[in-house]
Amino acid sequence: MTAVTAARPAALPGALRLGVARTRYELRSYFRERDAVVFIFAYPVIMLAIFATVFGRDGDQIGEGPDAIGFAQYFLPGMVATGVMLSSFQSLAISIAVERDEGALKRLRATPLPPSAYFLGKVGQVLVGCLLQVALLLAVAALVFDVPMPTTAQAWTTFAWVFGLGAAAGAVCGVAFSSVPRSGRSASAVVTPVVLVLQFISGVFFRFDQLPSWMQSVASLFPLKWMAQGMRSVFLPDEALQIEVSGSWQHGATAAVLLAWLVVGLVVGVRTFRWRRRDDG
Amino acid sequence: METTPVHVRGLRKRYGDKQAVDGLDLTVSQGEIVAVLGPNGAGKTTTVEILEGFRERDAGEVRVLGEDPGSGGRLWRSRFGVVLQSGQDLAEATVGELVRHFALFYPSPRDPEQVIDAVGLREKERTRARQLSGGQRRRLDVALGIVGRPELVFLDEPTTGFDPQARRSFWDLVSGLRAEGTTILLTTHYLDEAEALADRVVVVADGRVVAEGTPGELGGRTARRAVVRWTEDGAPRELRTDTPTAVVAGLAQRLGEVPGLQVLRPTLEDVYLALVSEASPGAATAPAGTDPQPEEALR
Repeated sequence: MTAVTAARPAALPGALRLGVARTRYELRSYFRERDAVVFIFAYPVIMLAIFATVFGRDGDQIGEGPDAIGFAQYFLPGMVATGVMLSSFQSLAISIAVERDEGALKRLRATPLPPSAYFLGKVGQVLVGCLLQVALLLAVAALVFDVPMPTTAQAWTTFAWVFGLGAAAGAVCGVAFSSVPRSGRSASAVVTPVVLVLQFISGVFFRFDQLPSWMQSVASLFPLKWMAQGMRSVFLPDEALQIEVSGSWQHGATAAVLLAWLVVGLVVGVRTFRWRRRDDG
Repeated sequence: METTPVHVRGLRKRYGDKQAVDGLDLTVSQGEIVAVLGPNGAGKTTTVEILEGFRERDAGEVRVLGEDPGSGGRLWRSRFGVVLQSGQDLAEATVGELVRHFALFYPSPRDPEQVIDAVGLREKERTRARQLSGGQRRRLDVALGIVGRPELVFLDEPTTGFDPQARRSFWDLVSGLRAEGTTILLTTHYLDEAEALADRVVVVADGRVVAEGTPGELGGRTARRAVVRWTEDGAPRELRTDTPTAVVAGLAQRLGEVPGLQVLRPTLEDVYLALVSEASPGAATAPAGTDPQPEEALR
């Protein structure tokens, strides 16, 4: 062996490899922010417990006879959709706004890290976060509230694409929305109400069919309503179609709306993304 | 083939109706440490951020490591390191994790363990960034700026808010980089920092270079004239002169033991303040009585 260390090829590390490294880094940082993680993970579980308990006291159910659905089962799909939205949209919109404000993005911009690797890291973190979030929620629903889990491959296929499209749309919209808060400190104050309002009008906390029709129309413009409806098609029996507004699960429309938000979020996110604070020129 | 790491001619940048950079020239040669001094708003940060590729220029010729920062790619970015003004980002990761993580971005990085040792953070390797003191935090910033084995390092006000001891040890760290042949462009508010580190000082005011030279000769001989002070007939007297020894000898002959005798050289700070207040009256507050006119009372 001869010493050839001087002639080192100056090849840049690939974006994919760096994306994996970024995912690991993002996940580690994410789970170290314990307060935020606990809130995001516990919120849908606590909400499910509260609403199932309040509406389901005295053994109340939706419908009558053998087709009746427990409130825990009815609310679970909405909470799953909410969990995905929290772990994608809310978590990214806030964390990127904070990173921008603190100068972390500017620091990265000054390195040869490709932007694609930064976003791959965020996608990886959102995906793992959403999966854990939903797994926790389903486990609590099944074990504590005796909600029956779907048994058909068809139902789980629906679950997979609604989950995937919902998380992806939530993530890109989160990236785009991160430019709205003026500072890192105002980020959660700006993002949280958006998420909360959507939850109220999208049938997460109430039966969607009992909301005023204008509210249903407004909610139909946003992805959460469609994600919740898609999840209802997974976790509720077809008998529950009686209390769907359209009388159908509308899988085609669900896919179309989520895809549209994915594309819009992507375009707006790419165009408006800033590495520096707004007051930094 | 050797290119000049930083080459700037006639740089201009305007924000609204403020001409932030107004025809600035700057050259930093291979292995040199150049300090850019100037009051707040003089255009230092704007200039450096144009060089780093963060901002676009309105006009002028700019080459950093042979490339135009407006179109530099990843390979170009891998050849320099940037230490921005103090940040509070990356709070939850530890020193060791961050240095190792940033090393992954570069084609031929330094050994992260050696970098951690070099910046003196071995003891803090497992400490999260948020728990570091101001000086340690700045050392971490430098570690992240140099782990990619850069040819050129930008240091933006690196020791603001440091205690004197932390500044001294930070200067040692920068001197160590110089010893390895790294070219450094430093912006600072501290004249003693420029004096301790820089081979050359560039004073910027109103977006232009108003003076440059080694710390010892900045401002030229006139600005460096010695000041002889004494008391005569009960009144304080002062004289600026190139020949203080002769002046003192003359005084001694005339007065014997000269009352209140002092021979002073203007510090770099005196020279700097005079330069800056000359360039933009009101931008910097010169010490009362500082007068750039030769052969007149200085204080």
